Amino acid sequence: MRLELGVIKIKDVQFGEETIIKNGTLYVNKNELLALALQDDRLSGADVELARPGEDVRIIPVKDVIEPRVKVSGSGELFPGVIGKMGTVGSGRTNVLRGAALVTVGRIIGYQEGFIDMTGPGAQYSPFSQTNNVALILHPIDGLAPHAHEAAVRLAGLRTAVYLGKACKDVAPDELEVYELSPVTDTTLPRVAYVHALLSEGLLHDTWFYGVDAKKLLPTLLHPNEVMDGAIVSGNCVSACDKHTTYHHLNNPVIKELYRRHGKALNFIGVVTTNLNVTLIDKERSSDCASKLVKLVGAEGAIITEEGFGNPDTDMMMLCKKIEEYGIKTVLITDEYAGRDGGSQSLADAVPQADAVISVGNANEVITLPPMKHIIGDLKPAEVIAGGFVGSVTAGGGLNVEIQAIMGSTCQLGFGKLTARGY
Amino acid sequence: MVHVASIVPISLTVGANRIVPAVAIPHPLGNPELPEDEERELRLNLVKKALRALQVEVEKQTVFEE
Amino acid sequence: MADKKYRVVHYLNQFYAGIGGEAKANIPPLMKEGAVGPGIPLQQALGEEGEIVATVVCGDSYFAENIEAAVEKVVESVSPYKPDVFVAGPAFTAGRYGIACGASCSAVSEKLGIPVVTAMYEENPALDLYRKEVYVIPTANSVRGMKEAIPKMAGFVRKLGLGQEIGLPQEEGYFPRGIRVNQFVGRTGAERAVDMLLSKLEGEPFQTEYPMPIFERVPASPAISDLRSATIALVTSGGIVPLGNPDRIEAASASKFAEYNIAGVDDLTPDAYQTCHGGYDPTYANDDPDRVLPLDAMRALEKDGIIGKLYDLYYVTVGNATSVANSQKFGKAIAEKLKAAAVDGVILTST
Repeated sequence: MRLELGVIKIKDVQFGEETIIKNGTLYVNKNELLALALQDDRLSGADVELARPGEDVRIIPVKDVIEPRVKVSGSGELFPGVIGKMGTVGSGRTNVLRGAALVTVGRIIGYQEGFIDMTGPGAQYSPFSQTNNVALILHPIDGLAPHAHEAAVRLAGLRTAVYLGKACKDVAPDELEVYELSPVTDTTLPRVAYVHALLSEGLLHDTWFYGVDAKKLLPTLLHPNEVMDGAIVSGNCVSACDKHTTYHHLNNPVIKELYRRHGKALNFIGVVTTNLNVTLIDKERSSDCASKLVKLVGAEGAIITEEGFGNPDTDMMMLCKKIEEYGIKTVLITDEYAGRDGGSQSLADAVPQADAVISVGNANEVITLPPMKHIIGDLKPAEVIAGGFVGSVTAGGGLNVEIQAIMGSTCQLGFGKLTARGY
Repeated sequence: MVHVASIVPISLTVGANRIVPAVAIPHPLGNPELPEDEERELRLNLVKKALRALQVEVEKQTVFEE
Repeated sequence: MADKKYRVVHYLNQFYAGIGGEAKANIPPLMKEGAVGPGIPLQQALGEEGEIVATVVCGDSYFAENIEAAVEKVVESVSPYKPDVFVAGPAFTAGRYGIACGASCSAVSEKLGIPVVTAMYEENPALDLYRKEVYVIPTANSVRGMKEAIPKMAGFVRKLGLGQEIGLPQEEGYFPRGIRVNQFVGRTGAERAVDMLLSKLEGEPFQTEYPMPIFERVPASPAISDLRSATIALVTSGGIVPLGNPDRIEAASASKFAEYNIAGVDDLTPDAYQTCHGGYDPTYANDDPDRVLPLDAMRALEKDGIIGKLYDLYYVTVGNATSVANSQKFGKAIAEKLKAAAVDGVILTST
């Protein structure tokens, strides 16, 4: 499986008469985009606003962020089984609008949405302060049930991201990245697998794997390229800080880094996807199967990532323990919930085998943010989203919140550069 | 005190001494797939199990499976 | 212009101050001018930069038996000297002395805002009580470790006295306080993860960024001997609250718990109750809150005489990203209320 990512670098986003790319600027035909979004009659209305890095803008409440891409060649369609035709993806050529993002915004469905600050002290906590954002604000029809609201917003986000991506189908890329697991002849290089646990705990806690609800999955093997064409789609918000947005799935940094070292320092043998379910028996079964797969593919080492916190810590510990018991060495990536003073135990579960852990930061850290000149969406939900509290919105529109409420601040794929140290 | 919770490993880790395994995270004492009367029966039995656990002397952390 | 010397007040017990042994362990706090006992080599190590202006001395037994009064007296005595640093010990393995050092440091820090440091052996029972609030320097397990302890303490006192930032425990040589502090570093988590795995595979040393936590154990409560006359209370971390969440318990990182009266309520229904917990799919709990707080089942058992009484009040918080510290606070407070109400047993449900 060989995938070429044709990278088109986007430095600006503007409205225009046509949706095209010109000299690094993404022009968006607003009416076409809105008409596409409103194809779903569960939505009563929509609006689009643009937000660029450095602007005095706050986007809230955010559900998902998707990177516009388009399949130029190779089997399957983007987001297969969800909005694209079902088929194995991850080969041929896919063009990417790097530096652009489609952000879904609108009335909150649950408590878990987050926000993005395009400038100021909050900007460094989110990768989406660095992208040229097309913010799609979606309004559900009256009385729409939460499950339907989530689905409508998810699909509208994917539909419009694909529409934007199509604009670069025939654009010559600025860079070509080639992803191929070339055979490794140096047998001293350690065989490394990536265990990718997908959240699957119900409304606003779901993930879609080739269109199937991850709850229903048994652990399986994935070629790393498959995620780059959207085989994994986010259906959740969890807490904003550690939600794997669809953008994060498309740009999985563990996969990127394992690819970078493949053939040089290690032999990247593949991805084992597993889920994070709500019953103990499911957790036992999935961790049994996933660890067995890691053993069967002959891995000597494994990197394990999870999404969310609390009960998924148990899955992570089960995976770690069982994989280590097969004699395979593990490293875990996790965020921490150490309380606002940083003094509480950071995880809900622990096993002695988890002796190699990467921390991506304490999500409970409270941050004070200035008001922004312009809000895309609505500021009030800041007081009810996870990480917010009564009084989070200060006079004048500033925010006093945990970084838990910022999109991607403690992404447990290891996307960012935040960590926590013990003092 | 008896802890009725689905994720027994966490209950053990945080130190509960009497633990009764529950059904699932979003409905520890329920099962929406069952007809109403069966679900109520399920809940009643779980609560009875919890009350039985309260009547048992324990010296170390104990999970009451049956 | 010569810099002013930073001022230090030192705390010692009666033995190290040269007053006497166990026989003098019940002397109340008193002040001595300048450095005393181990304070003398400590002053030497501080050189010309800092001055131990006074030493507080207290008997170990007096302190242990009158902690509040002793702490108050220590703070009162220290205050007029306006020191820049307060240092206590070293206490080595002495438990009462360790507690006196820790408690004095904690109070001086809290009440006077003065930087503090103490020193003791890692198995001193006082360590776990005070390590989070106070810097504690590791020492050997006996007074034979005094020669090594003094320069370490002096180095730390100096840093505090000069207002320098205190870095990581492993760099500065103090017991990790268990406080997690965020910082941005040069490489992404994914890059660091692959590096750590390669080191682990090579058998090279590596340092975990998060050592596994240890949770306290509590002794089990005695069994209920007569359920038929017992009052049982319901408590939940599943966020079941009256419709509208009147006390606004947060969906995550709850800062409070609430108490609600269920006298006369036989069943929790969606028109009166809901969940406010943001960490699980709320659909099932909102359709029937009994699925998380089993009121209907408890009422039925009460009517049948299986239990004596279902307590009229229930307690609720949201167990989603709740810090352990807050959880402990809520648990203690709820337990005190239940105990005062003579409740015999509790069913705690979690999601």
